[in-house]
This record gives sequence, C-alpha cells and structure tokens, in this order.
Amino acid sequence: MGRYILRRILTLIPILFVVSVVVFLILRMAKGDPAMAYLRMSNIPPTEQALAEARIELGLDKPVAVQYADWFMKALRLDFGRSYVTGRPVLEEIMHYLPATLALAGAGLLLTMAVSVPFGVLAAMGKDRLPDHLMRAFSFVGVSMPNFWLGLLLVYLFSVKLGWLPPMGRGGAGHMLMPVVTLSFMSIAINVRFLRAGLLEHIRSRSVLFARARGVSEGRITWIHVMRNAMIPVVTSMGMHLGEMLGGAVIVENIFSWPGVGRFAVQAVFNRDYPTLQCFILMMTVIFVLCNLCVDILYAFIDPRIRLAGEQR
Amino acid sequence: MSTALLQKNTVRLSLVLLVIVGAVAVFAPWLGLPDPEEVNLAEKLAPSGPGHLLGTDHLGRDVLARLVFGARTSIGSVFAILLLIALFSTLAGSVAGFVGGAVDSVIMRICDIFLTFPTLILAMFFVGILGTGLTNVILAIFLTHWAWYARIVRGIALSLKSREYILAAKVAGTRGFSLVARHILPAMAPQVLVLATLDIGHMMLHVAGLSFLGLGVQPPMPEWGVMIGDARQFIWTEPQLMLYPGLAIFIVVMAFNLLGDGLRDALDRSGMLEERVR
Repeated sequence: MGRYILRRILTLIPILFVVSVVVFLILRMAKGDPAMAYLRMSNIPPTEQALAEARIELGLDKPVAVQYADWFMKALRLDFGRSYVTGRPVLEEIMHYLPATLALAGAGLLLTMAVSVPFGVLAAMGKDRLPDHLMRAFSFVGVSMPNFWLGLLLVYLFSVKLGWLPPMGRGGAGHMLMPVVTLSFMSIAINVRFLRAGLLEHIRSRSVLFARARGVSEGRITWIHVMRNAMIPVVTSMGMHLGEMLGGAVIVENIFSWPGVGRFAVQAVFNRDYPTLQCFILMMTVIFVLCNLCVDILYAFIDPRIRLAGEQR
Repeated sequence: MSTALLQKNTVRLSLVLLVIVGAVAVFAPWLGLPDPEEVNLAEKLAPSGPGHLLGTDHLGRDVLARLVFGARTSIGSVFAILLLIALFSTLAGSVAGFVGGAVDSVIMRICDIFLTFPTLILAMFFVGILGTGLTNVILAIFLTHWAWYARIVRGIALSLKSREYILAAKVAGTRGFSLVARHILPAMAPQVLVLATLDIGHMMLHVAGLSFLGLGVQPPMPEWGVMIGDARQFIWTEPQLMLYPGLAIFIVVMAFNLLGDGLRDALDRSGMLEERVR
C-alpha cells in the first residue's frame, strides 16, 4: 500500500509541471500587451520608452522558454506575481478567498454523500416500485436543472416568500444551507443513479450467490458483499464531483455573494487580470489533482485488485 | 416490461418536444414576434397582456420574443460545439486508434493534459484569455470537452481495428478513404451520436452558466442564461422574469437527457457508453 501511494505521488510531479507549461503557453495567446497592462497598473503614462523599459523589466524581450524558466523559479518560491488590479501578490489574494470556497465545496461533497447513499439504497431495494420511480424522476430533474436557476428559485422561495433564510453573504449555518444545496444537487442526482446501478449489479453477482449458499446472513451480504462493491464507482466519482463543485462554486458564489475565490476570479476575467487568472487555475487544478489522488488511494484501499495490480509489476 | 414502454414514451415525448422547440427556433423571424432587442422604456416590466404575452423585461423588451430568439442562441451554440467536436475528436481519436504507436501516445498524452483540469474552471480561464463573447465560449467549451470524446473514439477505433469485416475489407483491397467512409465511420457514428446526445444537456448548462455570469453571450443578444442573469435583480418584485428562461433551459436539457438515455438503452449493447460523471 505504501509503495502504491508513493508511486502515485511521484506521478503528480510531471503532471503538475506539464499543467504549468500549458497554462503559461495559453496565457501567451492572450490579447493585449502585458507591458501595457503593467504600466496601467503602476499609473505610468504608456510612452514608447516606458513600454520598452517595461518589456525589459518584465522579461518580455527574452525567448518564451527563458520567460517560463524565470516564472517557474519564482513560482517555486511561491511568487506568482502581482494582480494587475490591486497590485498585491496574487497568491495572497487567492489564499484570502480560498477557505470560503473550500468550505462550500467540502460541505457540498459531504451533503452529496450523506443524501445520495440512502437514496441509492432506497432506489435499489425498491426496484421497479414507487421509491425507484421517484428516485429516477429525481435524478432526471437533478441532472437537467441549471444550478444558477435552482439557486435563484431557492432564494425566491426561502428568502423572498418565506423569509426563512438570508439570501446572500456568509455567516452562520443559515447562510450556508442554500449555497450548499444548490452546489450539490446535480452530484446527488448522478450519485443516486450510480449507486442504484452498482447495487443491482452486485446483488445478482456470483459472489453473492455463493455467500448465500454458504449461509452468510442477509444483513452481512447486503452491507459487506454488495455495499462494498457498489461503493467503488461512487468513491471514484467523488473526485469528479469535486471538479464539478469547484466549477459550480464559481456560479454559486456569484448568486449568493459568497466571498470565495470563484467570485474573485470572475472579476479577474472582466478586468483581464492575467496573473490572478493564472494563479487561480493552477490552484484549482492542484486541488483537483490532489483530491483525485486521495480518491485513488481510497479506491485502492477498498479494492485490492488495484493495489495488487501495481505491486505485481 | 412497463419500464421499457415508459422509456419509449419518454423518448417519443422528448423527441416531439425537441422538434417543436427546434422548429420555433428556426422559424423565429417569421412568427410575427416583436424585435427581441428593441428597448422601450415606456413599457418596462409590463405584466403579461395582449401586446406582450409574457410581459416585458426591465428594458421593455418582449419576454416571449427573447425566449424564442434565445432558443436560437442556446441551441445553435451547442450544435456548433458538437460539430467542432464531431470533426476534431473523431479525427484525433481514430488516428490515435488506427495508427497506434508513437502517434497514439502523443495524442493520448495531450488528452490527459486537458482532462487534468476541472472543466468549467478551464473554460473560464480560456474565456478570460480569449475575451468574453459567444464565439469564445463556444471555443472554450469545445477545448474543454474534445479530449474526452477523442478518448472514447479511440476506444471504438481500437475495437473496430481487429473486427473481421474490417480485416476482410482490407484483404479485399479496400484502402484509405473508402475504408474509412464505407466501413469505419458508419460503425462509429451511432455510438458517437448517443454520446453526443447524452452530453448536449451538459454543454447547454455550461454555455448558459457562463452567459449567466456575464462571460458568454453579451447583451442585447437574447440568450436564456443572460435572461436569468438580467432577471436576478428583480427577484423581489418580478420573479416571473427568471422563471420563464429557467424553465426553458430545464425542459430542453431534460428532453435531450431523456432522448440520450433512451438512445443509449436502444443502441449501446457493447456497454461502451456507460454512465459517467463530469
């Protein structure tokens, strides 16, 4: 198991390196002159001479490979440049907004698991009966519902009509409820279908038949033989849900004025604040990749075939 | 048995619905609706009535007209994305699958890189770099989705490669273009089609979401996500403004999902197009 984890961590290094190169290259496609943006930020009138000096200062006269190397060395020291708008270090800004986003995404993931597992079990146990039909309808609604619309509907119902929940901002649990439900609605719907399909597949499997033949109790069969196998796709899908939640958080934060990094990044898009955008996408991708690593390790833990396949080599 | 029948009914229902929405979108200019972009502040926030069936928005524009013309933007942009993906991913995936070797590894590594990023975040980054607007959103969604299709097409290509009828066609002297056009593409098409139908809804939500944030379609052009974004500030007084476009997105996305689901059940015997999360 230890070797498996180590090997997986080592494969992250080239992935993250390539990701940073790709992001750097995409940034070169951007319209507009970075030197011009830099001058605007520093309130220097953009004369020809000032532009030329800024280009040298920013290293824009050097070949792209050298520029990347410079950027990389700085990034190793956690220096990702300064925001074109606020002039403050980008990393500092992002770290300021990140905890709120992680709280939202984490709560969303928890809610997804807490709701979709019982729902999925319910659907599978009541196959082709009312609970199953209800769950099926629910999951179709869930995957078709635009999350920004759902958020607004919730605000209309619970803030405008009933006045139960605050429509925006961050504070107590009441502030958290609507954003988290909005964020996890689609993931719950997808997970219910996943788990239902998994459970039904394993109920019919030979290992379950054999367990029954050996006289294993029904409770043990359900929870150990069926559930454990059916959880595998659910666990692997968690990493993907997280990606969806990081993206969804951008929208949800905008609806509920949640002070997270997604709302900050949308402003950066409008302001063409490239250093902020660059740091934002790198940060989100690192979080995404790390969480998928955790999921893979968890996966190997549940399913011995995975880690054994690695160790045989 | 009853579920199978129900399934057929949902497929039929969603098809009828999509044909109606599609026809309305295509023939929108000839339906005698008011100009969806015409601002008339004297009639702003009018309730529904004979002049404006669904009332007007905060700039006095006819909501029904904006909904109908919005269908053109929302559905049209998704089809543009699908066309790009169908051309590019099918090419990349089948080249990888059929040529194999180093070409295959290079294409697949490029796919891996694209799949490393969270989709919507990468799309947002592209829009940030390319600038806001419908064309750039279409490009961004294409760039963030193609790799996944290319991978699937490669899988299909690999499974076709060793099929006996393909080998037989090769032995019989069918080569190059005619092999691809007569044997390979027809075998791939149904699977790619099912896959695309299942994904249309997802893409529509992404396009509308980016437009809702103000990153996609720019006003005054009518689009459902933009309409919801516009209606946000009137949630306390005019909630119907956000109700109509949201319902429109929801119903069309649902219809595409039901259709895709039914098609998969009907066509996918190989289990290649299993459910997935994105």
